[in-house]
Amino acid sequence: MMIKDILSPFSAWKKVFDKPVVIKDPINDRPGADRYRGFHKNDIETCIGCGTCEDICENEAIDMIPVEGIETKDGDSGLRPSIDYGRCCWCALCVDICTTTSLTLSNAYNWVEEDPEAYRFTPGVDEKPWQNEEKGWKKPEGNYEFYSLNRVSMEHLHPEERSDSFVEMVKGYSKEQAEKEADRCVECGICTATCPAHMGIPEYIKAIRNDDLEEGLRILYDTNPLPEICGRICTHKCETVCSVGHRGDPISIRWLKRYIADQNPSEKYKQILESESLKKNGKKVAIIGSGPAGLSAAYYLALLGYECTIYEKLSQAGGMMRYGIPEYRLPYDQIDKDINYILSLGVKIVYDTTIGKDIMLEQLEKDNDAVFAGTGLHLGRSTRIDGSDHKDVYQSIEMLRKITQGEEVHVAEKIVVIGGGNVAMDITRSLARLQIQKYGKVQIITTSLETEDIMPADVEEVVESREEGATVMPGWAPQHIEIVDGKIKGLHVAQCLSLFDETGNFNPQCNLENTRFFEGDMVVESIGQGMDLSYLSEDIKEQLEMGPRGRIQVNDVFQTSLPWLFLGGDIIQGPDVIHGIANGHIAARGIDRLLSGE
Amino acid sequence: MKNKLNILNWKPDRSSFPDMGEDGKPVISLDSEKFIKVWQGPNHPGITGNMSLELTISGDEVVESKTHVGYLHRGFEKLFERRRYIQCFPTCIRMCVPEPDTNEYNLARGVEELDGIEVPEMANWLRMIVLEMARLQVLLRMVPGQAGTMGLGLGVQWGMYYRELILDRMEELTGARIYHMYILPGGVRGLLPDGFKQRLEENLVKIEGFLKDIDKLILHNAVFKKRAIGIGHIPKDWVDQYGIVGPVARAAGYQRDVRKDYPYLYYDQIDFDYNIEHDSDMFARFLVRRKDLETTLDILRQIMAKMPDKGEIRAETPNVLHWKIPKGETYVRCESSRGEYGFYMVADGSEFPRRINLRGPSYTHAIAVLEKLLVNANISDVSAIMLSLATCPPEIER
Repeated sequence: MMIKDILSPFSAWKKVFDKPVVIKDPINDRPGADRYRGFHKNDIETCIGCGTCEDICENEAIDMIPVEGIETKDGDSGLRPSIDYGRCCWCALCVDICTTTSLTLSNAYNWVEEDPEAYRFTPGVDEKPWQNEEKGWKKPEGNYEFYSLNRVSMEHLHPEERSDSFVEMVKGYSKEQAEKEADRCVECGICTATCPAHMGIPEYIKAIRNDDLEEGLRILYDTNPLPEICGRICTHKCETVCSVGHRGDPISIRWLKRYIADQNPSEKYKQILESESLKKNGKKVAIIGSGPAGLSAAYYLALLGYECTIYEKLSQAGGMMRYGIPEYRLPYDQIDKDINYILSLGVKIVYDTTIGKDIMLEQLEKDNDAVFAGTGLHLGRSTRIDGSDHKDVYQSIEMLRKITQGEEVHVAEKIVVIGGGNVAMDITRSLARLQIQKYGKVQIITTSLETEDIMPADVEEVVESREEGATVMPGWAPQHIEIVDGKIKGLHVAQCLSLFDETGNFNPQCNLENTRFFEGDMVVESIGQGMDLSYLSEDIKEQLEMGPRGRIQVNDVFQTSLPWLFLGGDIIQGPDVIHGIANGHIAARGIDRLLSGE
Repeated sequence: MKNKLNILNWKPDRSSFPDMGEDGKPVISLDSEKFIKVWQGPNHPGITGNMSLELTISGDEVVESKTHVGYLHRGFEKLFERRRYIQCFPTCIRMCVPEPDTNEYNLARGVEELDGIEVPEMANWLRMIVLEMARLQVLLRMVPGQAGTMGLGLGVQWGMYYRELILDRMEELTGARIYHMYILPGGVRGLLPDGFKQRLEENLVKIEGFLKDIDKLILHNAVFKKRAIGIGHIPKDWVDQYGIVGPVARAAGYQRDVRKDYPYLYYDQIDFDYNIEHDSDMFARFLVRRKDLETTLDILRQIMAKMPDKGEIRAETPNVLHWKIPKGETYVRCESSRGEYGFYMVADGSEFPRRINLRGPSYTHAIAVLEKLLVNANISDVSAIMLSLATCPPEIER
């Protein structure tokens, strides 16, 4: 022990002259750090209520609750996160995983209220002083992702490999690719709500992750008896609203569905789906049209024990799926796989039979307990411009049907297609293949009223059409077809300025000073289709209640004002396959309710 | 085997107390009015956290001591089994409140090792800076705190102020002052803010000044020396037998530091030495921690000089909402301010850990060692001895 040890501690006395720390450096003078994890803020306009924040919260501090003024709509659950500060631990994982980056934290330090209930609040809805605070925790910048934003790319046949054949161009996912893609899903269920058939999308994606494809198939068939078909050509409204798509690529829901269906062999379907012995209930239902709506209704009715007979006008089943969609997008053997399974449940199809001609609808009513009609849109619409009555002006829908049936179609050296939808792209690409086969080169111009950004066709369809040699010219309105010496020379078009007038009605406006001439020997019109309801006799038509836009009024289970007659598919909703499937499913339930007397 | 027997045969000096009974326990009759039982804790100000000591004293001398826990049990290890790996991350930090970052690091490292994830270089440097800052802020409290347990609270008050400076830097970098939640499986949650290194350097300079004050106040203090030297002596052969780690082991002359023995992150690129003392008493442990403080300042400066300015902060990982970790097991460890701090992790291939077990120094230090060390100690030294062992009850009751 030295004398130093006795004296040295007294050096602390010099601090007597220092100001106390709390006066020298008071905390109130300093705001929280820029990154401080303070209290929740939410931009409720950007938020889609996906609930991913609720999922990741390990304290269950977040509840998704309905909020006044926010409607449930496609891509928005209408719910918003409500935070319970009795549970929150401010880890901000909810902020980091937020699919839209709407949820953030302010850098406020303190919040004191007398009412304990105040600590359970909905950020962005309940007014809080820190609501407009710029600083605070946000999702870190840089390559900081809790799930991959990039889609696993799908392998396609190269344009040079596919442009002269109708071989399916999308190759499908391998196991590794499918599992990697399935891993990106955040299981929010926004897709399920938007899908017309309300398919259990997060559940079947989970089945892929668990490599339980049999479970996946069962989930698919719960709501959709045509997974091979939908896995290829569905309009995938689910992907349009996918929450992952807000900052990255949406999940390839359609290709994942195809993966499940492709991987399950058709001979095992009955065993997997436990449909080996279905009990019959002795009641009969007639179904008109073997398109998606008809097949879907037949499948779910057959499961319930009904004896279903489908009446088909053409010689093969599938309707627009077979006769409208080209083989390179939807191969016929895949259509057959789905349809054969439905037929294996005891559903009968009577081919080459037109209702209203070969059999009258009244007869069907007498022979059956109920009738479901899903007859689709099979009549082509004409532009009715000058020259559109020429013999070399064709309807796309008829040409596509003939191509499927293997009939010879007229293929000119130079073709002009009018239309901007997926059907226009289908005929463009089908004719391009035929042109290569016949002439060795593609000379097709496809023109649409809509400019490229609002074209109804899928972007990939437009891109792939161009890859295959077609020229897509959006934003031009057809004026008249030039005919010289009885032969078509081409199509005159004018720049299209707008499609709709102020009242929202379809009324295209053109700039007649800016015109162009598209050379061609034949013109194909593909501007939409109409319905053929000639199977409804005048007597029946009089009894049917009509709805808006010339459509027949149906109730929530697609029952018309004649209790025994149900309608569904493109003639009621859509047009697309998935609406048809959904309508058929709901109508099947409606028919069951009617016939079982519930 | 011989060493083991040494422990069993070790007997405290009980010359002034009743003999040991036939069952090997001291014969203590409270009716004799020679002994009284005193409970220290669970909320005694001199105790580090919610832990309790059942002391039997004779006069002011402890005859027997028993550690009681259970006041802080939140079942974290069980909770982990019902949480996804990413959800374990905000939970695990609570297993050590003063130094949560070591938990974050161990969890992240375990997940990465089991799933074979390569962490970007920048993220590893940032992890080091946070781990060292965490050590610094603990030591700033603990070094003067040793004197605080003996009644010299002034140093602790000063230390708290400098600790706040480091917490300010923590807040800037990680977004929080205490529960930083910065080291995520796969990487970290943010780059250094602009001007961070400069501000940290300013703080380090201030802390160096503080160290001089501490030396004057505590190191060269006759009372402190009188009460610390020779008190709480741990025989050297206990170190291996009990599994004593960290500064307590180093104070007994052992070269034991995970950063050097099993280098992790980029500690092999950092130049530093074991801080060794040989007396193995409270004063030696104080000296080791006092040197550790200086070493930490030095390491922080080396990290800042060596780390790159930019880089990726997180590796690409599977979707955290359903991150399945392949079947396997691993033991990951790092050097906390209290010594080796390890996680034994078992994954069963599902989205949830099968088991995460914490191996913290306090379990040994505060139960096995402390109970023996307190026998024959003066009652007024109890909390000082506890602190010198760096007991941390949340780490015992995980």
